[in-house]
Amino acid sequence: MSLFLIVAVPFLGALLPGLMNSAGRKACAGVTFMVTLVAFVGLLSQLPAVLAGEVVQARVEWLPALGLNVNLHLDGLAFFFAALILGIGLLIIAYARSYLARGDNMGEFFTYLLLFQGAMVGIVLSDNILLLLIFWEMTSLASFLLIGYWKHVVEGRQGARMALTVTGMGGLALIGGLLILGQIAGSYDLSVILENREAIQASPLYVPALLLILLGCFTKSAQFPFHFWLPRAMAAPTPVSAYLHSATMVKAGIFMMARLWPVLSGTTEWFVIVTTAGLLTMVIGALIALFKHDLKALLAYSTVSHLGLITMLLGTGTAFGAMAAMFHILNHATFKAALFMSAGIVDHEAKTRDIRLLGGLRKLMPITFVIATIAALSMAGIPFLNGFLSKEQMLEEANRTVLFGAPWLVPVLATVGSLFSAAYCFRFIGHTFFGPVRDDYPAKPHDPGAGLWLPPAILVVLVIVIGVAPFLAEPFVKLVTADVLGAAAEVPKAYFKIWHGLVPALFMSIIAVVGGFLMYLVFAPLLRAWDATPRPDAKPMFDGVIAGAVALARGLIAPIHDGAFTRYAAVMVLAVLGAGYYAFGTGVVGATAREMQPMTPIAVGGWAMVIAATAVLVVMHRYRLFALVMIGIVGLMVSAGFVFFSAPDLAMTQFTVEVVTIILLLLALNFLPKRTPDESGALRRIRDAGIGIIGGIAATALSFHYLMRDAIEGPISAFHVANSYKGGGGTNMVNVILVDFRGFDTYGEIIVLGIAALLIYALTETLLSGPVRARLLNRKPDQAFAGDAHPMMMVVLTRVIMPIVLMVGFYIFLRGHNEPGGGFIAGLIVSIAVVMQYMASGFGWTSARLRYPYHGVIGAGVLVAGLTGIGSWFVGKPFLTSDFTYVRIPPFQEFELATAALFDVGVFLAVVGAVMLSLESFSRLARRVDMVESEHPMEINPARDDPAEDPLNELRKARTETA
Amino acid sequence: MTHWLIVPVVLPALMAPFIVLAARYHLSIQRVMSVATMLALVALGAGLMWQTSDGTVLLYQLGDWAAPFGIVLVGDRLSTMMVLLTAILALFVLIYAIGSGWDTRGRHFHALYQFQLMGILGAFLTGDLFNLFVFFEVLLIASYGLMIHAGGNERLKAGVQYVLFNLLGSTLFLFALGSIYAETGTLNMADLAIRVQGLEPGAETAGLRVAAVLLILVFAIKAALVPLHFWLPSSYAEAPAPVAALFAIMTKVGAYAIIRVYTMVFPAEIEATAGLHGTWLLPLALVSVAVGALGILAAKKLDRLVTFAVISSMGTVLVAVGMFSQVGIAAALYYMLHSTLAAAILFLVVDLTRHGRDTLQLITRAPVAGAALTAGLFFFGAIAMTGLPPLSGFLGKIMVLQAGFAQPAAVWIFSVILISSLVSVVGFGRAGSTVYWKANIVEPDPESEATAPSVMAYAGVGGLAAVLILLTVFAGQVHSYTQATSAQLFAPNTYLSVVLETPGKLSDPKGGE
Repeated sequence: MSLFLIVAVPFLGALLPGLMNSAGRKACAGVTFMVTLVAFVGLLSQLPAVLAGEVVQARVEWLPALGLNVNLHLDGLAFFFAALILGIGLLIIAYARSYLARGDNMGEFFTYLLLFQGAMVGIVLSDNILLLLIFWEMTSLASFLLIGYWKHVVEGRQGARMALTVTGMGGLALIGGLLILGQIAGSYDLSVILENREAIQASPLYVPALLLILLGCFTKSAQFPFHFWLPRAMAAPTPVSAYLHSATMVKAGIFMMARLWPVLSGTTEWFVIVTTAGLLTMVIGALIALFKHDLKALLAYSTVSHLGLITMLLGTGTAFGAMAAMFHILNHATFKAALFMSAGIVDHEAKTRDIRLLGGLRKLMPITFVIATIAALSMAGIPFLNGFLSKEQMLEEANRTVLFGAPWLVPVLATVGSLFSAAYCFRFIGHTFFGPVRDDYPAKPHDPGAGLWLPPAILVVLVIVIGVAPFLAEPFVKLVTADVLGAAAEVPKAYFKIWHGLVPALFMSIIAVVGGFLMYLVFAPLLRAWDATPRPDAKPMFDGVIAGAVALARGLIAPIHDGAFTRYAAVMVLAVLGAGYYAFGTGVVGATAREMQPMTPIAVGGWAMVIAATAVLVVMHRYRLFALVMIGIVGLMVSAGFVFFSAPDLAMTQFTVEVVTIILLLLALNFLPKRTPDESGALRRIRDAGIGIIGGIAATALSFHYLMRDAIEGPISAFHVANSYKGGGGTNMVNVILVDFRGFDTYGEIIVLGIAALLIYALTETLLSGPVRARLLNRKPDQAFAGDAHPMMMVVLTRVIMPIVLMVGFYIFLRGHNEPGGGFIAGLIVSIAVVMQYMASGFGWTSARLRYPYHGVIGAGVLVAGLTGIGSWFVGKPFLTSDFTYVRIPPFQEFELATAALFDVGVFLAVVGAVMLSLESFSRLARRVDMVESEHPMEINPARDDPAEDPLNELRKARTETA
Repeated sequence: MTHWLIVPVVLPALMAPFIVLAARYHLSIQRVMSVATMLALVALGAGLMWQTSDGTVLLYQLGDWAAPFGIVLVGDRLSTMMVLLTAILALFVLIYAIGSGWDTRGRHFHALYQFQLMGILGAFLTGDLFNLFVFFEVLLIASYGLMIHAGGNERLKAGVQYVLFNLLGSTLFLFALGSIYAETGTLNMADLAIRVQGLEPGAETAGLRVAAVLLILVFAIKAALVPLHFWLPSSYAEAPAPVAALFAIMTKVGAYAIIRVYTMVFPAEIEATAGLHGTWLLPLALVSVAVGALGILAAKKLDRLVTFAVISSMGTVLVAVGMFSQVGIAAALYYMLHSTLAAAILFLVVDLTRHGRDTLQLITRAPVAGAALTAGLFFFGAIAMTGLPPLSGFLGKIMVLQAGFAQPAAVWIFSVILISSLVSVVGFGRAGSTVYWKANIVEPDPESEATAPSVMAYAGVGGLAAVLILLTVFAGQVHSYTQATSAQLFAPNTYLSVVLETPGKLSDPKGGE
């Protein structure tokens, strides 16, 4: 079967359990089992090639530019691990089928399990280290989901997060390390990297790469001081603990070290770090395991200890060490998975895993007893079981290893580790199965069905077979070792056998087993001593670190993101000022190219008025109406400035915009208190004033700088001046720019205006349907309303003026193309005419006479402008291409017709619609349900002689009543 | 004369007023027209991208005026890719908005949505800086409208901050444009590039430097670069979910503008603007990455958490941009595609989480309606956002890191990005486990009337997730496209000659006027 399929089958198969969930538990587990079986058989189909020493390859490009390709390979090492993963996977699935309770979502469980399986197989088959990284992190994620599988269990959630954090940290370090490694080797393919031993070890980046990679491996394989996550991960269901956290995932770090052994090992750094970490982990793990009461915790720490053992063997950097490591991986996988499953059986049947509540199960659960005992004795290193063999090799290797110049250090620690290891194995057997039968088990234990005991039993058979006939495993282990060593070393000649003669390793082994048994005998006093010794606990430390990090993050982030807008603005302004100042200061300042102009009294007067109005505005801005007046003065002076600089179009626009804005703002002021409350203290105001003044000075200086100098080349406006009439058909260059040269900008801007109006409308609408509505209805105006809201004089005047204003608007519109004017200004003027009607006769009266809804006017305006633009498509010209012609319709003189005028109609409509819709929205806020709408244009009308409708009578009555 | 290049701008610009004019009171018509427009935009985007994929530069001269006198739209690999991305995002977000009923909670949603798209697409396509300003205005005002859609006190408050800050940005943009025009006498980007490059050594540069700095600050505000990012967290958190999801592209407009202007007009190697953006963007971007990650860890609400994730991922984009190298920009572009989709997915998932939950505070509540699927999608989005394998975030991050090797600040790039990833993972892990897992300890309220979100809402999120998966699976193809795009950006001769040498009305650059 293709390597792609072997990796892909579990991933694709992961879709099935969820699907089969409703078909029942048997179907669900069965389908999962079949998926794994298919992958396993596929793997076995490659066995002949692997045994022949071939490296099976499968390659497909994914991200070649990055060096990330789906390159898979299968050599002995990969095959070994893949077989472990899939083989034990089969047993675990069978076991989990019986283990999971009825209430557990089996589909979810098996989906995660298959995802994990696929990722794990991916790790070991990857020839590309970036691809390997992807699978690596996926195992962390799958492990996260599986540890937290029982979502209601607090330990599960916390353990999942802790595992993700620690292994995630390692994974990120690994990313860095592998990227550096690939950079040194010039490729991310393992096959290339493994050939570059010299180049890599000579590189100055070797040490950082090594440290980062080892951080990844140590966290994944729970090496000291990152071992603490593994026991917390035991909150997962037992099949997960047995599979991920003892047999496979935690071996990923070891696999990685083995895989990169040819290029990384052999240096002092590698030797010291890896051997020390391994040795410490082995001893500390075994010691803690001895005093754990939870069966799974005991096994978890024992796993930590054994992983340390393997790590140490890899760290020594000798071929023999590597071989022993491989052999121990095989042995550990068999006996430890069996032990976990046995612990799970005990938990499942007795409903507790606390070793203090157990004992005497030998009689109640004979099958489980046999299985667990054989596996545990193997772990303790008893002859004729496989654990003995690899432990002997380990001790032999330890004997030859000299760390920190002390030849006794490694052998002694290795023996001590083995001694503790033997002790907890005896305790596991003794305290669980021996002793008197109790009558206080949480549940009455008995042997389970074959579904639970058969999987570990199969493993135990392997334990015995290898233990009795090690020569059966020898060729395979040597094949694997050859692939670990690569070109770096030769496979050692040593034979696997039970009796090596009276070598030191044998005596060390005897010391360990006998010492272990002695420790078991005096366990009770030892436990008391242990309990009395204070020792650091990783959980509160880890929680403390995380809580500290969260507190630190909150302390840094929350105070500066508290919604204080003035500070946000101040930071922004200061950033702009600082950056601008820096940029200016580091540049070359050239000489001025222009003369200063003389000051005229008019200019000085205008300038003084703007300054004065602004200064007064700053001081008096809390008085809203007053502020509005000041803003009006500034606006008018700006218009005057445009006139002064001969820009009548701009002046007219600015002027009409001022009028409309002031009217709209007045309407808005109607709903606000007269005075803005003080919000900032004196210090804040000084700070803000300082920033404001610096900003103003900077803007002035910059303007001055630019005004005194010419552009790099002549500005493009020269073209506009030259071609305004020839190409645009207008002599008013400003208008031609607006509707022709840069008509697209205008198109955008009228849309902005239209959106603004729609926005005001939508906002009003939401306000009126919310709580604000009630506040508006209940508000007490702080000044009495005028008695006569719609005075006759004003009504008459606006009526008379209306046609004149419309005429002016029309005139301004028409002449726009050649003289100052245009659709924008015309729109504003016409709006003012209509606004005056609203002011004079009231909202109700006017809108009752309104034929076109303003929404539609805006929409029509934007549409007309857009369609005018599209019109030019029909003559094969780009959007908004203008054309013009001169026509003569008697009795008029010849005049110009330009398509730009049609565009201007769109502008005109959009402006009218936008202004009027905004006005209408404001008025809607003022209207009240209980308000009596007069149907007359003015309230007091002498021409009307119906006294009942005369509001004057009402008014008089009200006055008398108040008096 | 083909007009395809302008259709992405004109189509929504016509559809929106049409909806206002004719379909104001007919929600179903609005929905149909909106979705149809989006489908058309996706097709258009794909077509344009296909046209430009061989390196062709498309030019559209508005009003038949040649650059630099008139406005031009330019379609190259970069702009058409952004158009397609926007269209795809907008389509699925719209489906979500309809499915979740968000479009019924206020007025003019669809019209504003169309206008918003017009602004974004115009900003990507224009070749003129002032026109870019106009489109920034369009997208700003429309986004403000969308942001306060459906009202509510918190939202209005956040909206005011949003619009005020961005108005400051617009003012700054005007200052920058004034400076640039005063200094160079032109506003067309290609023409600017030529004029800036033609600057003689030793000539006065102070004014030009200020102009260049002011302009990048404007774009940095849009791209939420720390310390100009303050507008983002509360406004994105308070915006209606589909709007926040659409806004995922808005920060990219800023990044796009930086890439466009600062590879073509002010490339890092020209002397006049040396030591400015080429030096400062990268460190600030790294700070953004870190601040974003800390914000994720510090967040007390799920929506705030996602907004800081946006800041962090924008930081990563800008780190890659700030290298101003060909590989860096190629990585930035890929990461930008990813970051847009991931942010949108997360904003929508957060909204799904609101079903049956009274608060988005990270506290335990009973499981939300449709919890399993929602939690799964959150897990998906979180993996994507934090850059864990196997999704595109991981690939993008690897690209950025690889590009960072050549930088003097490589150590900083590696440490900040990797450590921030870890912090984000922890933050997302904590939040997700509290909201989705811990919920299982609370008995569901039997009287709760919360219903699971509609199928169409899930379809919107699912669609985005599917695109993200495609982005991962076809990473090789996409990356070679972004590499080609980056190569085109660093060799702008075709762009310059197409824009400046195509004759228009009354001007023929080759034969004189």
